[in-house]
Amino acid sequence: MQPTNRSNRLLLPVKTWFIHLSLVIALALEYVPTGRLPGVPDWVALVLAYWCIREPLRIGMGAGFLFGLLVDIGLGAAMGQHALAYVVLAWLANGAARRVLWFPPWQQAVQVLPMLLGAQAIMMAVRLIAGGEFPGWSYFLSSFTAVALWPVLNFLLLLPQYQPVDRDDNRPI
Amino acid sequence: MSYAGNQPPPIFRRGPAPLVRLFLLVSLCLAMLVADLRFRYLEVLRQGLSVVTYPLQMAASAPVDFLRNASRYFATLIEVQVDNARLRGQQLEVGERLLRFELLEQENARLRELLGMAERLQVKTLAAEILYNVPDPFSSKVILDRGARHGVEPGLVVLDAKGVIGQITRVYPVQSEVTLLSDRNQAVAVVVERSGVRGVLFGTGRGGLEMRFLLADADVQPGDRILTSGLDGVLVPGLPVATVSEVDREGEAFARILCEPLGGVETSLQVLVIGREQAGPPLPGPGDQVAPPPPAPPKGRR
Repeated sequence: MQPTNRSNRLLLPVKTWFIHLSLVIALALEYVPTGRLPGVPDWVALVLAYWCIREPLRIGMGAGFLFGLLVDIGLGAAMGQHALAYVVLAWLANGAARRVLWFPPWQQAVQVLPMLLGAQAIMMAVRLIAGGEFPGWSYFLSSFTAVALWPVLNFLLLLPQYQPVDRDDNRPI
Repeated sequence: MSYAGNQPPPIFRRGPAPLVRLFLLVSLCLAMLVADLRFRYLEVLRQGLSVVTYPLQMAASAPVDFLRNASRYFATLIEVQVDNARLRGQQLEVGERLLRFELLEQENARLRELLGMAERLQVKTLAAEILYNVPDPFSSKVILDRGARHGVEPGLVVLDAKGVIGQITRVYPVQSEVTLLSDRNQAVAVVVERSGVRGVLFGTGRGGLEMRFLLADADVQPGDRILTSGLDGVLVPGLPVATVSEVDREGEAFARILCEPLGGVETSLQVLVIGREQAGPPLPGPGDQVAPPPPAPPKGRR
């Protein structure tokens, strides 16, 4: 694999435990009680979209469903609300994986933004139909902050893959 | 160019096609949403799975709790002294009313005994503190720091010093979830103090309350106090809930009565949880009738 399909630097393959660890850490961040603060990114949606794009064969709609359920329970939302949004997000991200990886990270972020906004719109539509209250347009701010973190996330989650298998004392990396 | 991407040729079969999987999972999610929001069948599943997420939730809320305790620890001495003086003054005022209240309670018990009426309701109380808002932006709920371990049950009413702020809807082992009065799915059985008109108070979201389904000529004026009536069999009667702020009787069958809550629904921190000691007497059933109803008069009678 390469960082983007245009670069000529090779990476090590991803370790599965690292994918699961990053998703669990995103879940823990999601559970931090920030109340109604607008603009707190949806960590699980962001990390899920990242892995669905990078590893479409491993992380897909099943992981989206499972982590959506866990987020629903932790945040006290309706059962299936985040699960529905994350399943659709995973489907879109898996489908876009081959195309998105040809772009540099900040352009990837622009392509991920409609997916995250769509996930939030699905959640809002479902809850408004069921009789919830309208949270205001600042609800969608969290997608924008999530997407602003995409380049940082790209770098951090790719770090374990940058190391070479054989260490050579005459070579720094 | 399809947004869903191009699928590999059929020689690379990898299970059901993505669209099939999407359809199945979306149907499952929609079924769960209906079962949870409409029928509330999934509470058991939620309690079961919350055992799995519990350690992660405790770990995630630890920094926020730490910050809150730290900021309280570092309050200045002057603030504490001013608070102290104010609370002592309040305690003196309230203590005098409490003495009179105890005398009245004893007199009430004796009079009820004389008249053969049932005893007044026994209540049990529990002091608690609001920790944080539930992050779900589509409902108004808060988390209390008392749970099943401390004797909290679903349905108990939560109030602060000035009035009712909500009702407990979900109980976890060490925390419980309170649905605030202004949540759109919350309703409280109430009675207007001055005129005795009974009604139901609904939340309208964002701190507003509305009394619905009262006829346009109901005896309600702006400024009336509204108390819980206890007629739902769950809440303790006589607790202050709201004051009427606006009554709109123009032309329709029902009056539009908007109310302001008395308790600090969006702002209170220290609260009291109140419930009945025993459940009320059961509703009479159709088999409990003593005398059969008189036969209906035949049609065509003059």
